[in-house]
Amino acid sequence: MTSSIKTAQAMPAADIKIRSAAFEDVPFIVMLDERATGHSKCCYWRELFAHFAQTPGEGRAFLVAEQQGRLVGFIAGEIRAFEFGAERCGWVFALNVDQDIRVNNVGTRLFEALCERFSSAGVEKVRTMVDRDNDLVLAFFRSLGMMTGPLIQLEKELD
Amino acid sequence: MKLQKATMCGLYAVLELATHRDQQISAAEIASKYEISLNHLAKVLRTLVRARLVESVRGAGGGYRFCGNPKRVTLLDIIQLFEEVGPDAEPAPPVDHVEGRTLHKVLREIDDIALASLRAVSITTLLKINEKQKRDPEVKAVVGRAASGG
Repeated sequence: MTSSIKTAQAMPAADIKIRSAAFEDVPFIVMLDERATGHSKCCYWRELFAHFAQTPGEGRAFLVAEQQGRLVGFIAGEIRAFEFGAERCGWVFALNVDQDIRVNNVGTRLFEALCERFSSAGVEKVRTMVDRDNDLVLAFFRSLGMMTGPLIQLEKELD
Repeated sequence: MKLQKATMCGLYAVLELATHRDQQISAAEIASKYEISLNHLAKVLRTLVRARLVESVRGAGGGYRFCGNPKRVTLLDIIQLFEEVGPDAEPAPPVDHVEGRTLHKVLREIDDIALASLRAVSITTLLKINEKQKRDPEVKAVVGRAASGG
């Protein structure tokens, strides 16, 4: 355990504003996602934004975080019902925060804002899926009180 | 998952010190609260000090203090100070029969999931769960009965 991150402290960022994403935010979302994943998914994010914009629902949100007018993160999620035999619940399917400002509560603020929407829409649970080797994101969701749920994701190589 | 005694002592010590980060707590106080041997705890605390997660404050009113980053120090970080965990600690799979390899593959999958959880639970996360447990009436009742010897 040699990393200085084990001892370094961070302070919550001030002046963070959470708002609904606008079409002009999509290039930022594409860029942030590409920095994190190494893949440019311009079409995917445009289509997702358009889908959310065209069919806005009570339990559906695409939010961005702004600090002094600069975009620093985003989150997207929606309520899905009865998939895989599960009850109606909120799903977070995208969350990303600018690497330069991480560990400053921006992700927490985005997550809480999305959960507020889910709660207002009447659901009692929020779920997500994370690569089990993605320690950073897994630890982040754990720190927000999320625990292993009742569903186990299974997969198989197709012959 | 069963952890060794030293590991459990280390986790108790870290949780106690991280809960009261503004205070110095003596080894005797921790030993008494968790009913563990003071000698054993002293060794465990030395390991935590060497790992720079805990610092020792000498003199009157001295004791130990948590000095790590609770958001970043994980369960796995603490456990690995005291014991080997994960697939690397296991012997290599037998090469002479398929059954051994099959079992190893499935057990490896279970280990991978356990390791991912240990890596993902930070001290801050543990403290939050601890606070929630304290507010849970069912847990309160069990702890209360144990404290009164009932």
